[in-house]
Amino acid sequence: MMSAAQTQSVRTGHVTRMFIYLFLLLSALFYLLPFFIMLTNSVKPLGEITGGNMMSLPEVFTLEPWKAAWSSAQVGVEPTGLRPYFWNSIRMVVPAVFISTILGALNGYVLTKWRFRFDTILFGLMLFSCFIPFQIVLIPMARILGILGLAGSTYGLILVHVVYGIGFSTLYFRNYYAAFPTELVRAAQIDGARFFQIFRRIMLPSSGPIIVVCVIWQFTNIWNDFLFGASFASGSGAPMTVALNNLVQSSTGVKEYNVHFAGAILAALPTLLVYIVAGRYFVRGLMAGSVKG
Amino acid sequence: MTRQGETDFRTRLQHWLPKVVLSPSLAMVLVFVYGFILFTIYLSFTDSRILPSYGWVGLENYSKLWRLSHWTTSLTNLGIYAFLYITICTALGLALAIFLDQKIRGEGALRPIYLYPMALSFIVTGTAWKWFLDPGIGIEHTMHLWGWESFRFGWIKDRDFAIYTLVIAAVWQTSGFVMAMFLAGLRGIDSEIMKAAQIDGASNFNLYRRIVIPLLRPAFLSAFVILAHLAIKSYDLVIALTGGGPGRATELPATFMYSYTFTRNQMGIGASSAVIMLMTIAAIMVPYLYAELRERK
Repeated sequence: MMSAAQTQSVRTGHVTRMFIYLFLLLSALFYLLPFFIMLTNSVKPLGEITGGNMMSLPEVFTLEPWKAAWSSAQVGVEPTGLRPYFWNSIRMVVPAVFISTILGALNGYVLTKWRFRFDTILFGLMLFSCFIPFQIVLIPMARILGILGLAGSTYGLILVHVVYGIGFSTLYFRNYYAAFPTELVRAAQIDGARFFQIFRRIMLPSSGPIIVVCVIWQFTNIWNDFLFGASFASGSGAPMTVALNNLVQSSTGVKEYNVHFAGAILAALPTLLVYIVAGRYFVRGLMAGSVKG
Repeated sequence: MTRQGETDFRTRLQHWLPKVVLSPSLAMVLVFVYGFILFTIYLSFTDSRILPSYGWVGLENYSKLWRLSHWTTSLTNLGIYAFLYITICTALGLALAIFLDQKIRGEGALRPIYLYPMALSFIVTGTAWKWFLDPGIGIEHTMHLWGWESFRFGWIKDRDFAIYTLVIAAVWQTSGFVMAMFLAGLRGIDSEIMKAAQIDGASNFNLYRRIVIPLLRPAFLSAFVILAHLAIKSYDLVIALTGGGPGRATELPATFMYSYTFTRNQMGIGASSAVIMLMTIAAIMVPYLYAELRERK
């Protein structure tokens, strides 16, 4: 990648280069601006926000809005802060990511190393499920969750996210395992290794990178989901995004912008941390999800 | 004898195991995706209101749907929004990718900045955007404080312009992603072709217009497909930014479906609007996925 970038660069004049740098820097400001606004205004007292300038740095630095957003702000009817909903999201995300990743790995393994008739069609069916507008499943899903007694609960959301996460996790592992030498699998088979032994001893040990990609993708997607959360768990079982929306959109009382911003950053923190620590894998997942093949 | 039978059973089990392992996922997808799609299609032909009911009404929901100005407005909004969103995202993404590909110092720091909005929910970043765009406290107010008294930017409160604020925020969120797609495409171009063209004396502009951009066709196609399907599915964005207002100025099919199904208790009509959304996405995705899967064989 590096060498390609160096050899194919185009000769550009000074003026052009100046323009390019200017464009790139202004774009960077454009992308950073909303986050800058959230961050600076989350540590200002409310008076400084309503009476002042949103672009200015805080004159008085305070962490009160963060404390309020976390543990005492009015979310819905209860002044619980976002804390319980944060844990709801954690309780939802961890099992959903775990299960969908394992299923994706097994599916990818079967679809590439144990091929059978119509396997491509089956994969196509799974793949298309990643792209459907989820509005098309909302009504029956609400019914089924009601019948199963899972409506409004974290368990219901785990089920939903596993089901609609399988498509992407299968896609990742299938494309990754497609490049894995099938001869190794055949050789192990001749040596008497069985289906799960091959998976555990041969496939899994070399799947590190794709596991990271898949976990990060699923984590980000499920954490950020709003539609399913709002449809199936809007009460005390709500995930973080739904609770944040309730906090921000609530029409009662004074609008505490600083608390809203602190809450928004709290809701963004987990995915943002993942992005900072493992952004490379996040981008890989993004690309694998768009440029299939 | 029993030993023989046992080995037989184990071989047969090994033979079936791959399919057994695949079947739970497959069953889930068949029921929860395709079964549910069929169920929703069925509901769109019934008189369902608050709850699903099974009185057959034929195409009535569809004819009602198309007579609703609420629906045609959301479709028009989607048309404007999707067109601008796809065009601007592609143009900005391409520009950023081409510029970043010029041996830029600090590329490693810039790329993650362009891309981070993709990692955040719009419910989160929408709080900042909503505020920034609000004339009372946002950029308009700031400009006034900085001395530009006549500055006006009240699009988000204006029926005729609110839809463009959706475009701005959506472009902000996904253009970095498009940039990454184009950058991958650019880095995949054979440098010999570029050198040959430069030796032939092609100007930079012509080099990109005649050679590089045509070579990026697959990236254009992927970007279009991804952006189009994201545009049709846009929901969080509207909820966080405008809630569909002012009036119905930013209502999209996704918000229409939700409000008709769950707040206005017109489930039949909601279902028919969901079917139309699915059909539109299928018309884009199915040929694309079909081509991608066939190429691999």
